[in-house]
Amino acid sequence: MGSTDSITFIFFNAFLANNFVLAMFLGLCPFLGVSGKLNTAVPMGLATSFVMLVSSVCAYFLNELLVAFNIEYLRLISYIVVIASAVQLVEMTLKKLSPALFRALGIYLPLITTNCAILGLALFQTFKEYNFMQSLAYALGAGAGFILALLLMAGLRERLDLAKLPSVTQGAALSLILGGLLSLAFMGFAGLGAE
Amino acid sequence: MSLIKQDDRITVDTFLEGIWRENPVFVMMLGMCPVLAVTNSAVNALAMGLATAFVLVASSLLVSLFRNLIPSEVRIATYIVIISTFVTIVDYTMQALSQEVYNALGAFIQLIVVNCIILGRAEACASRNKPLKSMVNAAGMGLGFTLALLCLGVVREILGSGSLFGLPLFGEQFQPWVVMVLPPGGFLVLGGWLLFFEWLKTRKQSLAEGVTHG
Repeated sequence: MGSTDSITFIFFNAFLANNFVLAMFLGLCPFLGVSGKLNTAVPMGLATSFVMLVSSVCAYFLNELLVAFNIEYLRLISYIVVIASAVQLVEMTLKKLSPALFRALGIYLPLITTNCAILGLALFQTFKEYNFMQSLAYALGAGAGFILALLLMAGLRERLDLAKLPSVTQGAALSLILGGLLSLAFMGFAGLGAE
Repeated sequence: MSLIKQDDRITVDTFLEGIWRENPVFVMMLGMCPVLAVTNSAVNALAMGLATAFVLVASSLLVSLFRNLIPSEVRIATYIVIISTFVTIVDYTMQALSQEVYNALGAFIQLIVVNCIILGRAEACASRNKPLKSMVNAAGMGLGFTLALLCLGVVREILGSGSLFGLPLFGEQFQPWVVMVLPPGGFLVLGGWLLFFEWLKTRKQSLAEGVTHG
């Protein structure tokens, strides 16, 4: 096993050096949509990370099955069904535990299904042929990276609400430019060991 | 089915709204992930745009044909299965046509499944309209998406590698602005385009106000 296969390396690679949001452009919809306030960004990040973990584990075993039966062309369809079920699970749990939070997240909660970070994670771990522990580390790293990006963005945007801005820059354009600057900063982590 | 009678006529607007007034990328901000990820060169942007447009048109047709058969409780799941079937087709076709482009786009071909534009069209248009109208509308949306990708791809390739569709534009001494083909460039160029459109809109509004007041 080389140094690039070690579990800590995979974790930090997905967490910082190849951050899912800022370096690989996965999961931008919630990144731009829910990052307006810190108190919705945190639960959204946690919910997404949980779905990532569940679907990563399911995808690992599912892939073993698909390979065993020689039906890899069904991979995409079966992964998406697993993810949709995991999201449904989170939605039901959250509705039971915290109805207020459930309402605050609104449409973005069912939309976790179409969050490309989750399908991306499942596909990448298959392409890279990670074993079970490696997949787990990859999912944890990606989830932590997603929360980190969401938190940074929400913090910045809360501060910017108080700033005086020209009217043209309000809305999505400003968020994108902020994202660009964050992404520039994250490129500094590339020295930790990109692929 | 809703009680309001649907407008079955296909107008020029059915096609054009996806390109300009409801452009999926610049106006509705949908499907941002591939927009930023694969537009580091114009060729990649074009390939991705066409692949998405194909899936969009084909799945709109199928959803529209089956719109009265699909129970509304499981419609989203049905749409996703339809979409992922077409994406699998595109995935294998792309691999057969050009291994180079396929490698450059990587997992983003398969990630077309979770592109919100396609699911959004299936839900908002194809499930309520006749097949032909949905296809025309989807084609407009697909074209609008491709154009938006090209807008980004062209700017990023010219600035970042000093070429267009792989052909060098400037002389030997050109220093490429490398950050433009790296991830931050995607965010910054799209932010720039949005600022530009916002500026156009404000300018048009203030001109219109000037006319009414003057």
